[in-house]
Amino acid sequence: MGYEPQADFGTPLVVSDTTISLTIDGRAVTVPAGTSVMRAASEAGGSIPRLCASDNLAAFGSCRLCLVEIEGMRGTPASCTTPVAEGMAVKTQTPRLQKLRKGVMELYISDHPLDCLTCSANNDCELQDQAAAVGLRDVRYGYAGANHLGSSLDASNPYFDFDPSKCIACSRCVRACDEVQGTFALTIEGRGFASKVSAGLASDNFLGSECVSCGACVQACPTATLQEKAVKEIGKPERAVVTTCAYCGVGCTFRAEMRGEQVVRMVPWKDGKANRGHSCVKGRFAWGYAQHQERVLSPMIRSSIDEPWREVSWDEALSHTASELKRISARYGRNALGGITSSRCTNEETFLVQKLVRAGFGNNNVDTCARVCHSPTGYGLKTTFGTSAGTQDFDSVMDADVMLVIGANPTDGHPVFASRMKRRLRQGAKLIVIDPRRIDLVKSPHIEAAYHLPLRPGTNVAVLSAMAHVIVTECLADEAFIRERCDWDEYAHWAEFVGQDRNSPEALEPVTGVPAADLRAAARLFATGGNGAIYYGLGVTEHSQGSSTVMAIANLAMATGNIGRRGVGVNPLRGQNNVQGACDMGSFPHELSGYRHVSDPDARALFEAAWGVPIDPEPGLRIPNMLDAATDGTFKAIYIQGEDILQSDPDTKHVSAGLAAMECVIVHDLFLNETASYAHVFLPGSTFLEKNGTFTNAERRIQPVRKVMEPLNGYEDWEVTQELARAMGLDWNYAHPSEIMDEIARLTPSFAGVNFARLASQGSLQWPVNEAAPDGSPIMHIDGFVRGKGKFVVTDYVPTDERTGPRFPLLLTTGRILSQYNVGAQTRRTANVVWHEEDLLEIHPSDAENRGLKSGDWVRLASRSGETTLRATVTDRVAPGVVYTTFHHPATQANVVTTEFSDWATNCPEYKVTAVQITPSNGPSEWQEGYEALSTRSRRIADPVPAE
Amino acid sequence: MSVGTPERLAYMANQIATNLALTNDPVAATAEHIHSFWTPAMQRTLASEALDRLGPVARAAMIQLDADAG
Ligand code: SF4
Ligand code: SF4
Ligand code: SF4
Ligand code: FES
Repeated sequence: MGYEPQADFGTPLVVSDTTISLTIDGRAVTVPAGTSVMRAASEAGGSIPRLCASDNLAAFGSCRLCLVEIEGMRGTPASCTTPVAEGMAVKTQTPRLQKLRKGVMELYISDHPLDCLTCSANNDCELQDQAAAVGLRDVRYGYAGANHLGSSLDASNPYFDFDPSKCIACSRCVRACDEVQGTFALTIEGRGFASKVSAGLASDNFLGSECVSCGACVQACPTATLQEKAVKEIGKPERAVVTTCAYCGVGCTFRAEMRGEQVVRMVPWKDGKANRGHSCVKGRFAWGYAQHQERVLSPMIRSSIDEPWREVSWDEALSHTASELKRISARYGRNALGGITSSRCTNEETFLVQKLVRAGFGNNNVDTCARVCHSPTGYGLKTTFGTSAGTQDFDSVMDADVMLVIGANPTDGHPVFASRMKRRLRQGAKLIVIDPRRIDLVKSPHIEAAYHLPLRPGTNVAVLSAMAHVIVTECLADEAFIRERCDWDEYAHWAEFVGQDRNSPEALEPVTGVPAADLRAAARLFATGGNGAIYYGLGVTEHSQGSSTVMAIANLAMATGNIGRRGVGVNPLRGQNNVQGACDMGSFPHELSGYRHVSDPDARALFEAAWGVPIDPEPGLRIPNMLDAATDGTFKAIYIQGEDILQSDPDTKHVSAGLAAMECVIVHDLFLNETASYAHVFLPGSTFLEKNGTFTNAERRIQPVRKVMEPLNGYEDWEVTQELARAMGLDWNYAHPSEIMDEIARLTPSFAGVNFARLASQGSLQWPVNEAAPDGSPIMHIDGFVRGKGKFVVTDYVPTDERTGPRFPLLLTTGRILSQYNVGAQTRRTANVVWHEEDLLEIHPSDAENRGLKSGDWVRLASRSGETTLRATVTDRVAPGVVYTTFHHPATQANVVTTEFSDWATNCPEYKVTAVQITPSNGPSEWQEGYEALSTRSRRIADPVPAE
Repeated sequence: MSVGTPERLAYMANQIATNLALTNDPVAATAEHIHSFWTPAMQRTLASEALDRLGPVARAAMIQLDADAG
C-alpha cells in the first residue's frame, strides 16, 4: 500500500447499546450515545479542524480550533468535548467559525518557526494541515513578537528528539504519557504563553527522566516537536506494511513505515487488537539489529569447533549438513538426532522444524525454549482446564475488579499490557502482587497495590495454599460455580486438604515470610472483590514446583468462580513473542500440534496419512535430556533454530559439555550466538522484517507477520528448513508460508478455520477457530471447560532441594528489564544499551553492609554450580536475604550459577531460586576469562581461499 | 555441578513421586507420568542402573511400568 497516515477520529470510540441520531451539515448520522460531535462528524466522513484532540486520548478542549455551531445552542462549543444529542443539528463550516478558527490558528503560527520547507515533518504535520484547513495565509501579529524559537533541542533520547521551539503546548504528549502509557513523565510547566513541555526533574532531559521511551508522546505530537530521529535521517515514509512485533508475548502490531527497503519507523497499529495502538521501546524503536554489522549472511561450516569457520555456498552448506545428519543417523541410530524450535520464529517455521524431526529424523526428539519458560503452564492448565493456554483476551482486564499478579513484572516484561493494567487500576480496580521483589507495579504514579506479599523465593505453592485455606475455611468459595462447572468430589478432596491447619497463613508464615494478616486480607479481597483476574509469569513457572503453582492458581480461580467470562481468568504472560505458537505447533517431544499426545493413535494416523511416514508413538527427549544423552554418547546431532541454549539454559557447564560431545551442531540464527561457539554448521537466519508468517501471542491471537524487505541472507527461515529437508530427501514443496498454515489447519482441530486470507481480512484470530467458533475465541471455557469438568488438583508444598546454608546464605532470583529482551542478542545490538549496559546484582542494604559493599562495586556471585562477577546495586526493592539479577549479557553468564534443579513435571529449570554467596571482587571470574577466550577463538572466520 | 544420567533420572523420578504423593494412587500416577513424558531409553536406563536410588513409590512405579511393557 502507499503511504497514508492512520485515520484519527478525534476522540475515542464509545461503546453503548443506545444510539443517537443527529445531523451534521445537513447529513444524517447515527452513533452510539456518548460519542463526541467531533467523532460523529469524522465517522460521517467529514473532518473538523483540531489540534489538541486525538482518538486515543480523552478529549481535552484546549486548542479551541474545533468549534462548531449547534442549532438552539448559544456560542460555539468545542466539538471534541460536546457529546451528541438526539435531533441535534450541527454546522461545522460557517463564516463565523472560519473567522474564529483562523484567529486561533494565527496565534499558534505566530509562535512557530516557519521553516516548513526544511522541517522533517513537512507534509506530515498536523499544524500545517490544520493551517491549510482553516485557510490561513497570513499572520497579522507578525513573527517578531515573543516566541520560543531560541529553545534548545533535547537529543538525549537515542531514538527521538524534542525540539521545544516547535511546541504548540497542545499537551497531547503529556496526556499520551499519562493515559496511554501510564508513566506520567511529562508535564506542562508554566501557564499561558510561557507554558512548555518538560520531561522532568533534575536533569530535565528525556534520558534522565522517568521516561521509558515508549514513544506514545512522539506518536501523539501533531508537530515536529517530538519526532523520531530516523525520520530526520532517512526522510518521510513512502509506504506502510502492517506486521507483528517479534519481541514479547504481548504481540503488538505495527505499521512498518518504509522508504524503499529501509524502515523509517515502526508505528503501533491502531487496529491491532493486542496493543490498541500502543507499543514499548523495544517494538517501536529497537529494530536496528536487523542491519547490524555482526549479522552473519553467509552459511559457514567447520569440521571441529577448534577450527575457524569457513564460508561456503548455501548448496554446499545444506548438502554437507544433510550428509552429516544421514551419516550420524546411520551410525548411531535415528534417536541420535534432534531439533529445537524457536519461540522467536513464526508458527510456520516452527511447524516445519518439528516436521523435519518427526518426518525426517524419524523420532520425537524436538523441544523448544518454552521448556525453560512456560512448559509448566502447558502441563498445569492442560491438567486442570483441558488446554494449554490463557483463558482471556487482553481487553478482558478492563472488566477486572481485582488483579492478582504473581511472579510477573509486567511493566518490564509485558509493557504494553502493563499500560492497560495501569489504566484499569487508575479506574479503581484493586491490585494484589505476590513477588519477592517490590516490582514497579506495587507503587507507581496513581497506582498502589492493596497488598504486596513479598514471599521468600520458592514458596509460591505455600502462599497459594494459604490463600485457598482462607477462602475455604471462611466459606468464601463460589459453591454454585464449583457444583456446576467442576468435579465436586475432587473439589471436596482439595478443600479438605487446603483446609488443614498446616496450610493456614499462620502455620506457613515461617516458610513463606509473608505476614499472615496480609495474606488473609489479600485472600478475602480476591474472593470477594468482584471479578478476579490472575496474571502470572516466569516467577511462577521457573521453579521446582512450577507446574504445581500453575495448578494452584487454576484451583484458586475455579474455587472463586473466576473463569469463563470477561474480567476474570488465568492468564500466563508469555515471555517471547511466539511461545504460545511454538507450543501450539507441536514443539514438545510428547505432543503433536494442538497438544495431542504422540501415543494417541488417531492423531498419529492423521499425520501419518498426510506425511506418508510412521510417527514414533513414544515421547522424545527434552532439552536437558538431550544434553545428558549427548554426554553419555547416544545423542550426536542437533538442529537449533533461533535459540541460544548456551546462554539461556541453566547450568551453563552442563549445556557446554553436552554440546561439546555432539558431532554435528547446526545453529540457524542471525548472529554467531554463544551456542554457535560449539557449532559445526552455521545457517544464517532472517529477521521478522524479512519474512512472511504468523505469530501467536499470549492471548492465543494468531497475527500476520509480513515481509517488509528482502532477507539480507537470501532466504526466509522456513525456506532454509525446507531446503535442508529436501537435501535429506524429503519431498517438500511449499511455495509460501500460507501453504504451511493450510497444512497446520488440516492437521490441527483448534486451527481448522485459520488461513492467511482470513487473517488478512480480520487482522487476527484467537484459537480455537473451528466450526463451533468460526471467528475465534476471545474468552475460553465459557459454558464448560475444554476437558469437561474443571479439575481441582491437590498441590502440596514441597520445598526445593536448593537450600541456603552457611556457604551459600542468600537466595538469587533472576528476571528481565524493559529495554532488553531475553539473552539480549537483538536488543544489545541497538541503542537500547543506553538503558542497560550491563547486568547488575540487586542486593538489600543490610546484606550489602554486612559484606562491606556499596552500589557500583564489583562482586563475585557464587553458587555450588559456578561463579561469575558483576557490579552491585544496593536497593531495598529486594528483601534481606534475596539478591536479583538479569541475564541479558553474555559477559555475565548468570546461568553459570543457576543449578540443574527443575520443575518436577516438565523439567522447566528452577531459575528463580539459587542459593548463592556474594563477596567483594576485583575482576572477572576464571570461568568468564576462559569463556571469553573460547568465544573469541570459536568465532574466527577463515580468510577466503583464493580460487586456483 | 554435574551428575551422571542415571542419578539424574532417579532424582527426577523421586521428585515426580513426591509431587504426586497426594493423588489417589501415587504409584499409578507416577508410572503414568513417566510413561507419558520419558523416552523408552530413559526408562530403561533408570530401571537398569538406578533402581536402588528410588524411594518406594517411584520404585513401585518403575516395576509397574516394566510389568505393563512386558
Ligand atoms: S516516550 Fe513514553 S514514557 Fe517517555 S515521555 Fe513519551 S509517552 Fe512518556
Ligand atoms: S511536544 Fe508536541 S504534543 Fe507535546 S505539547 Fe508540544 S506540540 Fe503538543
Ligand atoms: S516488545 Fe512486547 S510490548 Fe513491546 S512492542 Fe513488542 S510486543 Fe509490544
Ligand atoms: S480539538 Fe477540540 S479543543 Fe482542541
